[in-house]
Amino acid sequence: MADTVLRLQGITKRFGSLVANDGISLALERGEVLALLGENGAGKSTLVSILFGHYVADAGTIEVFGRALPPGQPRAALAAGIGMVHQHFTLADNLSVLDNVLLGTEPLWRPSSARAAARATLRDTAARFGLAVDPDARVGELSVGERQRVEILKALFEHGTKRGARILILDEPTAVLTPQESESLFATLGRMVAEGLSIIFISHKLDEVLRVSHRIAVLRGGRLVAELPAADADTALIAEAMVGRRVAPAVKRAYALGEVVCELPAGPGSSSLQVRAGEVVAIAGVAGNGQQALAGALCGEHAPAGGGAVKVRGQPLPARPRAFVRAGVARVPEDRQAVGLVGELPVWENALLERYAEPAFARLGLRRRAPAQAHARAIVERFDVRGTEAAGLATPAAALSGGNQQKLILGRALTGGGDGRPPTLIVADQPTWGLDVGAVAYVHQQLLDACAAGAGVVLISEDLDEIFALADRIAVIHAGVLTEARPAREWTLAAIGLAMAGGGGSVRPSGETAHAA
Amino acid sequence: MTETLELLGSAAFWGAVLRIATPLILGTLGVLLCERAGVLNLGIEGIMVAGAFVGWLVVFQGADLWTGVLAAAAAGALLGLLHAGLTVGLALSQHVSGLGITLLATALASYAYRVSFPKVDSPPTITPFAPMTWLPVPVLNTQTALTLLALVLVPLVAWVLYRTPLGLAIRMVGENPAAAEGQGLSVAGLRTGAIVAGSALMGVAGAFLTLSAFNAFFFTMVNGRGWVCVALVVFASWRPGKALAGALLFAFFDALQLRLQQAGGGVFGVELPYQLYLAVPYLMALVALVLVARRAAYPQALMKPYRKGER
Amino acid sequence: MRLERRTQPSARALLLAPLAAVAFTLAVTSLLVLWAGAPVGRAYALLLEGGFGSRFALTETLTRATPLILTGLAAAMAFRARLYNIGAEGQLYAGALAAVAVGGLHGGTGFELAPALLFPLMIGAAMLAGALLLLGPALLKSRLGVDEVVSTLLLNFVVLLVVSALLDGPMKDPSAMGWPQSVALQDALQLDRLIERSRVHTGLVAALVLAVALWALLRFTTLGFEIRALGSGPRAAAFAGLPVARTGVVVALLSGALAGLAGAVEVAGRAGYVTLDMSPGYGMSGIVIAMLAMLNPLAVVAAAVFVAGVFVGADSMSRAVTVPTFVADVIVAVALIAMLVATMLTQYRVRWGTPR
Repeated sequence: MADTVLRLQGITKRFGSLVANDGISLALERGEVLALLGENGAGKSTLVSILFGHYVADAGTIEVFGRALPPGQPRAALAAGIGMVHQHFTLADNLSVLDNVLLGTEPLWRPSSARAAARATLRDTAARFGLAVDPDARVGELSVGERQRVEILKALFEHGTKRGARILILDEPTAVLTPQESESLFATLGRMVAEGLSIIFISHKLDEVLRVSHRIAVLRGGRLVAELPAADADTALIAEAMVGRRVAPAVKRAYALGEVVCELPAGPGSSSLQVRAGEVVAIAGVAGNGQQALAGALCGEHAPAGGGAVKVRGQPLPARPRAFVRAGVARVPEDRQAVGLVGELPVWENALLERYAEPAFARLGLRRRAPAQAHARAIVERFDVRGTEAAGLATPAAALSGGNQQKLILGRALTGGGDGRPPTLIVADQPTWGLDVGAVAYVHQQLLDACAAGAGVVLISEDLDEIFALADRIAVIHAGVLTEARPAREWTLAAIGLAMAGGGGSVRPSGETAHAA
Repeated sequence: MTETLELLGSAAFWGAVLRIATPLILGTLGVLLCERAGVLNLGIEGIMVAGAFVGWLVVFQGADLWTGVLAAAAAGALLGLLHAGLTVGLALSQHVSGLGITLLATALASYAYRVSFPKVDSPPTITPFAPMTWLPVPVLNTQTALTLLALVLVPLVAWVLYRTPLGLAIRMVGENPAAAEGQGLSVAGLRTGAIVAGSALMGVAGAFLTLSAFNAFFFTMVNGRGWVCVALVVFASWRPGKALAGALLFAFFDALQLRLQQAGGGVFGVELPYQLYLAVPYLMALVALVLVARRAAYPQALMKPYRKGER
Repeated sequence: MRLERRTQPSARALLLAPLAAVAFTLAVTSLLVLWAGAPVGRAYALLLEGGFGSRFALTETLTRATPLILTGLAAAMAFRARLYNIGAEGQLYAGALAAVAVGGLHGGTGFELAPALLFPLMIGAAMLAGALLLLGPALLKSRLGVDEVVSTLLLNFVVLLVVSALLDGPMKDPSAMGWPQSVALQDALQLDRLIERSRVHTGLVAALVLAVALWALLRFTTLGFEIRALGSGPRAAAFAGLPVARTGVVVALLSGALAGLAGAVEVAGRAGYVTLDMSPGYGMSGIVIAMLAMLNPLAVVAAAVFVAGVFVGADSMSRAVTVPTFVADVIVAVALIAMLVATMLTQYRVRWGTPR
């Protein structure tokens, strides 16, 4: 186990002013499972994309099996023996397993595919690694676990001009698997290691990482902040390394709590959620753990996962956006450009996207432009929406910067509590994503002001800084399951990190180091 | 009733079925290739007109018939290249681009015809393909070589799609272009190639009309057959074998209505206007579309423009 | 090569786009004119003169533009909501037939009603016919996912055959000496001449009024807002709670009705009866006009006049030089494609090489 198959030296990558990777150096040994841990935005995806040739690093070198890897070429990475199983599968549902695996392994000009040989090789490879699949099954009919096996087989498959991967990168492989499927995957990892393959295992689930990996590397803010053998790892230590040391957040002045303004019924395994007037309830979680479904139910796009209905001020609401708007729910969607705004329409029409038909703004089907534009102007002024200086309120919404678009959406939401009253409930889904520091502070202040005025706020966020700055109570969502919302001061950083990683509320005893054989 | 049975037994009837089916087979295969790669090609109606005209013109100028077919294929390929440039290169709406090409191709063909033959009372004719009387197979020996070509192309296209690496790549860009790109394949290149090849087939479909079925070029030759092919592809679930079956089925009913029209006896003694018979093909295509719409296993990337590098 | 979205198309770009498209079109057409053996400059001059250069030319152009404005509006409204209505040709004929059925049957006297009552009834029937014809494909699209392009295209052929059958049978004009044409509308129902000694009829006024009305609808009414939002931002529209399904149906009815009206107006304003060749592709041309006008109702008028002028001018030009009238079809088709490319280039920048 002494030779190094992969060596990353000083990898740095910037996107504009954002430093995604900052001087990262790592080595991977033959037959080793290296776990790469980190929050969203810590730089894991960027690092791995550089390794696989999707990006070119600004500085640093990569050596694979002792040879330098030409940057920026996925084909070179593939040829060098690096295979990657992405989190989002690139499979064609309408084609068979064999078809999906066979793609790209033979030169295009060959008059006939060696399908029989490929099928045999596929069965062989599957048996070697314990990945049971039927080569002729249609991928669309496979379970998620089976699809992942196909993705793994794609990487390991050796046929025609393609070599099987010797270094495999798995990006959040258990994010979509059931516990049983995860067990099956771990068994496969064991067999890969036995065959001398090396694995980089990206995850945010601590218990699994501790189970299968030999070494753990933690990224935070683009830097490698911890690297240690799994045997020496302590879950609490790792969790804190992931989320970092923070100055204890200033205690947020608690506002007078009013009645319950929103109730989300409990789902399968999930807690219910209640929000009172004057409080901010934050939902923490790593991206892709069910936030979309939760937000969708709270915004009236569809019924809650567990059945039943969302209640606002005690009234159950039908799953229709209009009903929610009328009930005083202010909604700030995650995708501001495709869902929050109609880019081609002018700012003033976007400002009224939810209220255009109200009596104040339209009568007998005719829009009352003057009040509408006055309302829009008020929003633009009050919420400091910049970008309309040149063309005024007729500026298309797509022309505004992200921060200003968000301010517009926020302004629309906060002034639209049905007939101009302040909103009853604000659902803010990743409201400060992609914004600069100034815009972030602004959005936070607006949310707090709305709270002071008596609204309840549900804040869905991946940013723990934001959550601790604003929340009265915090719940964590993981794999679609919502924990109970506990007061913010009852959460330690370690506990939240653990919950986000699926460790529930309890901390595992350290020292448990069952590795894959 | 007995008349109908007699009809079904006559070789002439089945000969007509094959004759009607041939351009449909070729056209549907052409649309199938494009759509399998993820691109809708509504230019087929115009490309068939262009193919009909170019093929015929080349033969009229003295070339042999197969050169005419090649010229028609080339015309189709060129128009397909334009469509590829607009939809794959510039990511324009596939609907509008296709319709624009139909308009353009039809206009150009009509214009070119008029320029070449400014004063003609009856359309000039050529000597079309001769029936393959040397073939020992009944019914088939009343057809021309182009029909044989069409029938041979069905298993050939199926072979390419299902048994070659190129065919797999084409199918993949129509289902999940990101997967193809992940393997280092060029989505744009594959799509363009498929569109050009498919459009060449559409051109040949048009050439059949002027070089085999008839021997002259009429302005209203194609008469919606291109659109029928688009419907047939959906009906055939994008499979070449089913496309052949669909084309034959369609041609069967078309030939039937032609015969019934000619026989004049009406259906069950009721005299029906001949237009109703003529409408049957289009109505059938509509019905076929509606029937399969729900269950249609569309190529998943159909009509979604692919922007390289977007993940 | 890849496309990168521009943040905001400059006003200059938006103005240059149609001009660039027209310039390109003229360049391509010149080649074709040369091929036909005609002098390019003279051909264009004749085209311009034939379409716009005399009182007669202008009135002919305006007459021809009247149905084109209506079918252009039909396409523009549908395309705005992403409903690709390619069936305007069939809807036009359906409308024409319905008009004649109401206003011309019973020996030309129509139903036993005063003309003042019969006229709106006739128009209403035409619009209803067109609307219902598009409603089918629209519902098939929203309920079953059937592509409306192919369904409306196929329906065109079916409608034309139905019209042909009716013209041969129940709606035939017995005094027309064997030509398949329908019974004629009574004189009282036909449209007056707008300009003396020309074929321009009051239908033009109706078309212009409708263009303005639709522009106002889009700009000033809640329905117009719903249509625009649905067309350019369907996800945002749904999230905001706009009535997506209802708007889709309204647009389908509106678009079909406009095309049906085009048919009625053509019948009432020109021949007074329906023939199989009364529409030389007005439906298809309407689509091109809508695209040229970038789906703006007021611009549709300009585009319709442009296209009409090209066709009328080409007719006139072909009599003087050896250029076939099909040059008009070519001009219109090339203009469409050029316009598409130009519009796209105002919104996207083309970048060469791969992104890193």
